[in-house]
Amino acid sequence: MMKTEQQELFTKRTLTERWISAVLFACAAVSIAVTAGIVMVLLFETKEFFSKVSFGQFFLDTQWTPLFAQKHFGIWPLFVGTLLTSFFAMITAIPMGLLIAIFLSEYAPEQLRRILKPIVEILAGIPTVVYGYFALTFVTPLLQKVIPDLAGFNSLSPGIVMGIMITPIVASLSEDAIYSVPASLREGALALGSTRLRAIRYIILPTAFSGIAASFILGISRAVGETMIVAIAAGQQPILTFDPRVPIETMTAYIVQVSLGDTPHGTLEYNTIFAVGSMLFIITMIFNLISFYLRKKILKGYI
Amino acid sequence: MKQHDNDDLTFISIDRKIEKAFIAIMAIAVTIPLVIMVMLLIDTFIDGSGRLNVDFLTSFPSRFAESAGILSPLVGSGILMVLTALFAVPVGIGAAVYLEEYAGKTRLSSFIEINISNLAGVPSIIYGLLGLGLFVRYMQLGRSLLAGALTLSLMALPMIIIASREAIRSVPRELREAAYALGADKWMTIKKIVLPMSLPGILTGIILSLARAIGETAPIITIGALTYVAFLPDSVMSPFTALPVQIFNWISRPQTEFHINAAAGIIVLLVVMLLMNSLAIILRYRLQRRIQ
Repeated sequence: MMKTEQQELFTKRTLTERWISAVLFACAAVSIAVTAGIVMVLLFETKEFFSKVSFGQFFLDTQWTPLFAQKHFGIWPLFVGTLLTSFFAMITAIPMGLLIAIFLSEYAPEQLRRILKPIVEILAGIPTVVYGYFALTFVTPLLQKVIPDLAGFNSLSPGIVMGIMITPIVASLSEDAIYSVPASLREGALALGSTRLRAIRYIILPTAFSGIAASFILGISRAVGETMIVAIAAGQQPILTFDPRVPIETMTAYIVQVSLGDTPHGTLEYNTIFAVGSMLFIITMIFNLISFYLRKKILKGYI
Repeated sequence: MKQHDNDDLTFISIDRKIEKAFIAIMAIAVTIPLVIMVMLLIDTFIDGSGRLNVDFLTSFPSRFAESAGILSPLVGSGILMVLTALFAVPVGIGAAVYLEEYAGKTRLSSFIEINISNLAGVPSIIYGLLGLGLFVRYMQLGRSLLAGALTLSLMALPMIIIASREAIRSVPRELREAAYALGADKWMTIKKIVLPMSLPGILTGIILSLARAIGETAPIITIGALTYVAFLPDSVMSPFTALPVQIFNWISRPQTEFHINAAAGIIVLLVVMLLMNSLAIILRYRLQRRIQ
């Protein structure tokens, strides 16, 4: 039986359609390949690392000196360094971000909100190397006037500057969460004679809690992975200390330090940056996933 | 009874005072970032504006702070941006179209979604390690522009996908249904209706992602960009440096003359960012008007 012209056109169309959807699927699949690539590269080099260094040396030692003759591979100094800078970042970003979010969503008139929001978000778009310069040449000297024995490299100043960079992320996600609280709940509280502040404290914030928590967690993940600010202003001395005034080294700064030198492929020094990178990847991925599910909860409409 | 009323009134007035104090605190919280941004700009400008001249833009980096310039880093960043766009934009838009228009609510598509959300949060330095392991070593591309651009494009990909998906999602369903009703098939609808309608949003997302990508320092350092390049790249396999890497190099030197160079470099970097952001805003405005 001869195919009619229409049928032919139809088959042709179906074929093109199939081709196109296959190509588009391949594009989407690239994202899975990227994750697989990250995991494979990290796993491969980290396995290499742990074939030369035992888990005990990595997790139980308190010294990190892989670049010296007397080699120690204790991750704790780098981990605590990251913890310190992230802590100062979060005690800066959480209150500021949350206050900005409440102000923009509950108090600011629409026009002011439309002007302020993009301005605050510019802060998140400034390259981190610029913040590093700002921390080293402006914030540290400024803080030294208040804290005289603050070293030129320390964890306090880059921590605070990192917090400023993270503030828009916390503010923007928290604002989305607060915005998604139904107006009926807010109006119900006000109708019962509550002040606006009480409505925020007892109705809006608890209702938006999971979204706000998601913004904090994403902020922590950003702080842990932030590299240039700490590489520039926190120093390169992996000392196990909780003193915010002295130089330290974070996990990310260590990777930069090794990358700047010419470390030959296959050496133990080369492997260490992947081992540290694996730690970093696992920590940030856990935070990212928690944050993702908390945000999903809002979208599903939990109210 | 009288007593009771008074209690209520004091209660309310205390509440009002607390609320006023709270508003004041919020106003401070909103002001702080703005003040800091202004301080950052002024501080950098005071430090660096003296070094900013044509020679600074057209000279190669040098051991001598006064004669050092940013020609090779600037060219490196420019080529990186073009190559990154070339790799990341088609794949990013393709993935966004697939996820919005083709993928059903299957387990695979929700896995891809979680995956992209996670990738967007992966620290940039991890992309650097990926690039080092995959492109520089395994694929033997060396510390080349190509390896750098591929690394940056993987990093920019999730951002482009997320922005494009949002733009595609904002196209009203009625328009798609109208196209189907007129006999268009799925791809024709996407090509003629969905993509043109979402173009302003997609372009804005792309420009912002690219601006973010060329401002990145950590992944480029990790794959081994050089910090001293006194030549212009002659092919995509050429070694390179980028503007943020050069700035970082100058900041990490102890001599303050180099800090001045870093500040001047930062001004150039910020101007480039500002131009790209303005371009995004203008494009969005123009294209949106044309569609309406």
